[in-house]
Amino acid sequence: MITVSGPPSSGKTSIIEKTIKELKKKEIEIAVIKFDCLSTADEMIYQKKGIKTKLGLSGSLCPDHYFVNNIDACFRWGRQENVDILITESAGLCNRCSPHIKEVLSVCVIDNLSGYHTPKKIGPMLKFADIVVITKGDIVSQAEREVFAYNVKKVNPHAKILHINGITGQGAAQLSKLFEIAEDYDSLDEKKLRFTMPAALCSYCLGETMIGKDYHIGNVKNMNL
Amino acid sequence: MEAEKRLVSPYDFLTDMGFELFEKNQSLDSYVEAMNPDYLEDMGTNREMLRANYHAIHKKPEVDEKVKSILIKGGVNKDGEKEGFDILLKPGEIVSIVGPTGSGKSRLLADIEWLAQGDTPTGRHILINGVQPDEDKRYSMDEKLISQLSQNMNFVMDANVEEFIRMHAHSRNINESDLLIEKVMQWANDLAGEPFTKETPLTALSGGQSRALMIVDVAFLCQSPIVLIDEIENAGIDRRQAMALLVSTEKIILIATHDPVLALMANRRLVIKNGAIDQVIEGDEHEKRVLGDLEKMAEKMLSVRNALRMGNKITLKV
Repeated sequence: MITVSGPPSSGKTSIIEKTIKELKKKEIEIAVIKFDCLSTADEMIYQKKGIKTKLGLSGSLCPDHYFVNNIDACFRWGRQENVDILITESAGLCNRCSPHIKEVLSVCVIDNLSGYHTPKKIGPMLKFADIVVITKGDIVSQAEREVFAYNVKKVNPHAKILHINGITGQGAAQLSKLFEIAEDYDSLDEKKLRFTMPAALCSYCLGETMIGKDYHIGNVKNMNL
Repeated sequence: MEAEKRLVSPYDFLTDMGFELFEKNQSLDSYVEAMNPDYLEDMGTNREMLRANYHAIHKKPEVDEKVKSILIKGGVNKDGEKEGFDILLKPGEIVSIVGPTGSGKSRLLADIEWLAQGDTPTGRHILINGVQPDEDKRYSMDEKLISQLSQNMNFVMDANVEEFIRMHAHSRNINESDLLIEKVMQWANDLAGEPFTKETPLTALSGGQSRALMIVDVAFLCQSPIVLIDEIENAGIDRRQAMALLVSTEKIILIATHDPVLALMANRRLVIKNGAIDQVIEGDEHEKRVLGDLEKMAEKMLSVRNALRMGNKITLKV
């Protein structure tokens, strides 16, 4: 299994699709689990390309928690379907997202257009990834690419950094090679997350909509003003 | 260019990451040890990661031996037939790559960038200074072989010209001296023709100014031994001067273009067909004369363009 995450619209789906295209040449059986929040049309993109896909929508739940509560079942499904490589795609909808699992190859997709400060703002999703894929390099200059990659390297010194063009697929062959040599597992039981997930346990988690001190119950943190 | 180690104090490093610290001048370890794990978790990091981050900003890019040559060992074309050429590239050389769309130009460049070792569809091998490079070089961003001047004409970064140059120098571990900034500014202004200053926001630069700055930046700040030029539109910049600058910084210049002036500026032309190098053409005297004529025409175009821009009547005899 491989976890792929990244901010919305960073190019996750394109990168996965282009990488699968490379893997398919070698007759490797692949499936994608797409996690999203409210709705998505991405599973159609995969299905159109003949890629086995399942969709999970978290709705009003924190997408990260929804992910971890379903991931082991997804893994079992993948085994039943005799999938060689199961890829999960989840949008890092808040920068505190933390979908990576220890020992499971993890990829963070992030794009050059998101601004050079962005790597610093993204938390565990980027910091604890094994591979960082940087996209949309064709739209910026060489110097901007270098500054951006340097900023990524600063927050995640261990990761392999790959530049991939999501439109032409240039660079996807390299990623597919890394996917091929990713480790195999029989089960996700007893595996651990790389970092804790964002937490909240307050009245608003349970559907409260009223504003005011009287309604603040549970795990509440106050700003220093 | 001299690489100088920049030291960042643990205090500056941590406050830059958003930590609130009360005492200055402590060691990284004492800051990190004193931090509550819950606080670190709130910041989306942990002790081990912070130490690694601090180490990373001080890591010197591994300066390898200089690239003196790049050998492209032939593979096969799309029909599996042998590519009959081994191409040796040396610093200071201009090579153009021509061929119709889909013929395999990008594939060739991708092979170089990825340091192909017979493991790409073309089966080519890339040797640096005569030897096969290490596997982990492929993922090292400090040692990218190719810097690219692509077709984009605009910056997206929200910074002014000086901040941009400093930031880039910093990321390459180059001493971001005022002298360097002056040098870049002077060259970029020379190439662009329309003057701009250090304070100009990047996004406010015209196409020509952006292009000029990108070229000068690649010449002085990029370590990569190869510069790939997709296309330099005639955006008012002096292309011959741009080439001369890149050559003078000992770059290998690859031009993938159909622009006759650019393609003919090269010492050699690689003709790509059906996924492989099909011919290697050396420029001769006749081609040089043709280039001279074309350049004169280009100059005429440019002067009419400038006259139009200035609101003058066109008096030139064509």
